[in-house]
Amino acid sequence: MMDTKLNGPLPAKPSRWPFYFFLIGLFAIVLISAIYIGANPLTFIQNSDNMVDLFVRMFPPAWSYIATTTPAMLETIRMALLGTTIGMVFSIPIMFLCARNIFRLRWLVELSRIGLNVLRTIPDLLLAAIFAAILGFSPLAGIVALSIFSIGIIAKLSFEAIENIDNGPLESMTAVGANKLQWIAFGVVPQILPHFVSYVLYTFEINIRAAAILGLVGAGGIGVFYDRALGFFAYDQVLALILYTLVVVIIIDLISLKIREKLL
Amino acid sequence: MSQRDQLKKARARKRGKIAIILIGLIAIYVWAISGIEFRGIQETAGPVTKNILKGFISPDWSYVYSPDGEDLIRGLLETLAIAIAGIFLSIILAVPVGLWAAKNLSKSFITSQSGKGVLSFFRTLPDIILALLFIKVVGPGAFAGMLALGIGAMGMLGKLYAEEVEAMDPGPVESIAAVGGNKLQQLAFGVIPQVLPGFISATLYRFEINMRSAATLGLIGAGGVGTALIFAIQGRSWDRVGIILIGIVVVVLIVDLLSSALRKRIT
Repeated sequence: MMDTKLNGPLPAKPSRWPFYFFLIGLFAIVLISAIYIGANPLTFIQNSDNMVDLFVRMFPPAWSYIATTTPAMLETIRMALLGTTIGMVFSIPIMFLCARNIFRLRWLVELSRIGLNVLRTIPDLLLAAIFAAILGFSPLAGIVALSIFSIGIIAKLSFEAIENIDNGPLESMTAVGANKLQWIAFGVVPQILPHFVSYVLYTFEINIRAAAILGLVGAGGIGVFYDRALGFFAYDQVLALILYTLVVVIIIDLISLKIREKLL
Repeated sequence: MSQRDQLKKARARKRGKIAIILIGLIAIYVWAISGIEFRGIQETAGPVTKNILKGFISPDWSYVYSPDGEDLIRGLLETLAIAIAGIFLSIILAVPVGLWAAKNLSKSFITSQSGKGVLSFFRTLPDIILALLFIKVVGPGAFAGMLALGIGAMGMLGKLYAEEVEAMDPGPVESIAAVGGNKLQQLAFGVIPQVLPGFISATLYRFEINMRSAATLGLIGAGGVGTALIFAIQGRSWDRVGIILIGIVVVVLIVDLLSSALRKRIT
């Protein structure tokens, strides 16, 4: 028999104070941050005529600037393409090293993962700024920066895909005496190839966006023109550039999405 | 016999398809490589690389903290503050827009689609470009960076919020409506409790991205540790570049670890 009292006193409600304290703490952190960086809404309101002025001067967009910047836009696409490709090539060995079900050497896998995580913390623009200092102000700096940046994304997504593969084919290959390379080539690769290609395309989409701004730190592409147009306060040109980049990004996204849908 | 022919044909077709794809790929790469203007690597590349590596091995530890003026800790704190204040601004902006864009909360298709359109427009604007524009409005500094991140993150957060709302269970909302709850009550007691964990998780994820973005904002004059980095690069003080990069990596790693631990606990 259950000994439940039907009309007994209700259990006390859990105190809500910890939750309130947590919220207050959160707001305090936000407030301190805002004060620390001098975020004053008044500054924004006082300068709102600057904002209005900026918007007014943006229209109509300087459409002729699109023709001027097309070579740079093509360079941007080239940079993204080559950066993604080089990154893809280098990410192949790294992703196998990071997958727990491929290499049984625990320390090697963990070390590779730490290395990959450290690599992923460095933003693309910082890499570009450093490589622009090493290689000079040229698209080459952008390509190298994007390659390294791509390794982080592709290897991370791919090694997670590798860890989720079906073990059956691998076991049967081990059973018939395949060596490690055969094991990877015929057991692992066919299973992850569609995912891998899809991740490469996804990275390409990210890289197009990244490549469009690398020029701001001197690493080639259309970003150089943003700097120039803003320097001359030519906001109509800036708007033309923004719209141009937007259209190119959307078109490439659509193509890439179509291919990815077919793959998976 | 005919079956074998069919198989042969299928195989030939498949090979043809692969050949076309390969030719297309080769054409794209020829176009890409031939178009890159290769001016050769400048002679200083070797020594500069050596100096950067040396800078990493023996970084300028004295830069970590100096009692007066610019140092690494202050730069990193400013970066963190930009990311926190920025994410707060984007939460305030993204919640209404996200609810507006959610299919299952609005009656007409046009309402939610227009919300989605607004969000995807903001998603395509890079943070850095926004920062450049805000610098023109409020002047260079961390405030411009914070506004850029706030607006820039709105697009992505709003989309994630809308998806979270669309994936929720309609039951609780219906039962609140059945007992006579108004729209606001439905939102407060039917929608919010269901989507809150998802919202928090999406926000934390975006915060990780904000940290990286905030670290780069200084490169163009919008505050944070990037300012110190670009000065160090321009001044060729590689030991300082080394310590700044180490600082960024450590802080971003800590934020990533904390955030992913929190996200795992929530969902």
